[in-house]
Amino acid sequence: MNPSLPTESDESDLVRLLTPEGARVEHADAGWSGTDADLFALYRDMVLTRRIDTEGYALQRHGELGLWPPCLGQEAVQVGTAHALRAQDMAFPTYRDHGVAWVRGVPPERLLGIYRGTEHGGWDPAEHGIALPAIIIGAQTLHAAGYAMGVLMDEAVGHADSSRDAAVAVYLGDGATSQGDTLEAMSWAASFSLPLVFVIENNQYAISTATSRQTTVPLVRRAAGFGIHGVRVDGNDVLASQAVMEAALGRARDGHGPTVIEAVTYRRGAHTTSDDPSRYRAGEETEYWEARDPIARVRVLLDSLGTFERELAELDAEAEALGERLRSACRTLPEPDLAALFDLVHVETTPELREQQEAAIAWKALDTEETAS
Amino acid sequence: MAQFRLPDVGEGLTEAEIVTWHVAVGDVVAVNDVLVDIETAKSVVELPSPFAGTVTDLLVEPGRTVPVGTPIVAIGEAAEVADAAAEEKAPEMLVGYGPKDEASGGRRRRRAAVPAAVGATATATVERPRAAPPVRLLARRLGVDLARVPCDGIVTRRDLESFVRSHDGDASRVAGDAAAAPAPAPATAPAPAPSAGDRTVPHTAVRRVTAAAMVASAFTAPHVTEWVEVDVSRTVELVERLRGEREWRDVPVSTLHLVLRSVCLALRRTPELHAVWGDDALTIPEHVGLGVAAATDRGLVVPVVPQAETLDLRGIVEQVGELVAVARSGRLQPAQMAGGTFTVTNIGVFGVDAGTPILPPGQTGILAVGAITRKPWVDEHDQVVPRWVTTLALSFDHRAVDGAQGSRFLRDVADLLHDPALALTV
Repeated sequence: MNPSLPTESDESDLVRLLTPEGARVEHADAGWSGTDADLFALYRDMVLTRRIDTEGYALQRHGELGLWPPCLGQEAVQVGTAHALRAQDMAFPTYRDHGVAWVRGVPPERLLGIYRGTEHGGWDPAEHGIALPAIIIGAQTLHAAGYAMGVLMDEAVGHADSSRDAAVAVYLGDGATSQGDTLEAMSWAASFSLPLVFVIENNQYAISTATSRQTTVPLVRRAAGFGIHGVRVDGNDVLASQAVMEAALGRARDGHGPTVIEAVTYRRGAHTTSDDPSRYRAGEETEYWEARDPIARVRVLLDSLGTFERELAELDAEAEALGERLRSACRTLPEPDLAALFDLVHVETTPELREQQEAAIAWKALDTEETAS
Repeated sequence: MAQFRLPDVGEGLTEAEIVTWHVAVGDVVAVNDVLVDIETAKSVVELPSPFAGTVTDLLVEPGRTVPVGTPIVAIGEAAEVADAAAEEKAPEMLVGYGPKDEASGGRRRRRAAVPAAVGATATATVERPRAAPPVRLLARRLGVDLARVPCDGIVTRRDLESFVRSHDGDASRVAGDAAAAPAPAPATAPAPAPSAGDRTVPHTAVRRVTAAAMVASAFTAPHVTEWVEVDVSRTVELVERLRGEREWRDVPVSTLHLVLRSVCLALRRTPELHAVWGDDALTIPEHVGLGVAAATDRGLVVPVVPQAETLDLRGIVEQVGELVAVARSGRLQPAQMAGGTFTVTNIGVFGVDAGTPILPPGQTGILAVGAITRKPWVDEHDQVVPRWVTTLALSFDHRAVDGAQGSRFLRDVADLLHDPALALTV
């Protein structure tokens, strides 16, 4: 038996509202009550996320990016949970959460800069309500816990005011659950009843280490040890992902403290473009998960409604245009200016930095002169 | 026309081998159509096309290893306006670590052109003198060539000032002259001048992997080699007889397959020969992963027959045949070369008698099978008779196995090949 193929008992506690075959099902503890238009919006965001991701992968192979971490297969948990966030909420993503960034309104070109080496970040976190991607595994859990402390100190929870009460979401992978940072963040979240939702995207692999090598019990059970509410969801079911996230964020905004969501999903691509997954997993397993594709099941449901034929056709063209847009944007990303780096260190710069900046500018001018002559 | 340069697909790789072209000259390709399979030190990777258009030239033939940044394919008649822009940008492509300076017109390359112009070898690059930006700025203002300033690695402001003082009033000597600057002295004694007939054969990815594996193994596992000469006439007869049988008509059985089967049987009694040496313990695998060394056009590869001990002779023939065919076609997946616990190498195909094989890294035993030839042999009646004779050579890791076990294993294999009927007793 392949250890990475779930058994029936593994799936018995999963919240699921849409089966892999595309059928709606009920669940005692969760429900999704969106409109057909909401359903299409989720589908559209998943399709476009996938297009962003496949173009990022291709751009690395074109030699345009140094690296790309693909999110193929994880679109439902990213898009579904991000749809539950409000403007005043803050998300702390990993390097793989392209779908979360997309839903938060980050222009997808901005994802490319750090992988092309032209930027240290890509956007203003305050503008989009999403922090910069954390490359250090699990580090973002503490950033999020700290931010959530601030939310509490600002008294921005528990007013039953949907325009004011705020929550914090932190995204992490199964590998990050083996990091001390994550456990510290859970400890703080529980002790201070922080308005923080941990979204564990259990994609079955920490690079090449299977989740079964990291834990003997479902990861959601980590929550109980801290006294945190935990829920396990089919991370390839966008409806269930959105539903459990809305409930968890609601609890956080109401002042009822943190939640751990374990979203069971699968990283269908490589860890990054530098990784060769055929070295540690085989066909049977990838076929199993291909049949549980997060996008295909929503398509089945949409097709059965029969009301989105025109929109679906337009979406294909929109996705292609998005791919082209990314391709040409990537090739024209500006070379970084060394002197500008000094502006990003402190709000008010120091005399020492100012001096170094001036030296850098003089050196750049000299260099240009030498090159020309 | 746009050229696609070999990208760094794996964070710091410097080269890759062109394995298979998926397009030919004249093919029309769209953006992201697969152009080519390349093999890096890490894996085989498909490269999608950055351009739309018609393939006008394949610039690197399959089997060649080229540095990152080398143009590998030319694509013309770009159909889209966007791709015309891309063509302009093409030389700026490549964001990997090493290649930019060498391959795509980076800053240092332009500097290297200066010594080339004054007669130094065209390939030599001159390291720019190292100095902090303010010092370089000062030198520039003073008209001093930093390369002429004596220093301890990095030119400091003090070095520069003292150089200027010692040449005070002699502007031309201070400033120097690029044309008069001596060519940089070689850091090491020059290699003997190559003769006109010398040939350079670039390493393929397989060659490099083999080299690294051999060095890793030779300097970590203390090897012992033993050998034995054995009369295998009965095995040769058995192979002849099987080939004549109707049921075996389509099974290309050979003596090598009987050697492989004998190894599996001998490992039953002495499983330590395929144990894995660890810091704290010896692990004896449940199954035999039988590596079979195969010479291919691309070099030595060792596909592995998994759970070989569960296969009968026919199963071994079929699996080995399949794996070797895949290996020769260059499509062997890394998984098909992983999991080996013991290896057999058939050096007899090259017409030699014996050798001292080097262990594949991590394995404890490897058996080399020599050529099977007619030799005079003293039989049990003290008569000299012509017999089919071969030499078996076993190398083993003396950390894991002592001479007693190694010898017993080798003797068991030899006995089984001397008298295949003994298989009934195992």
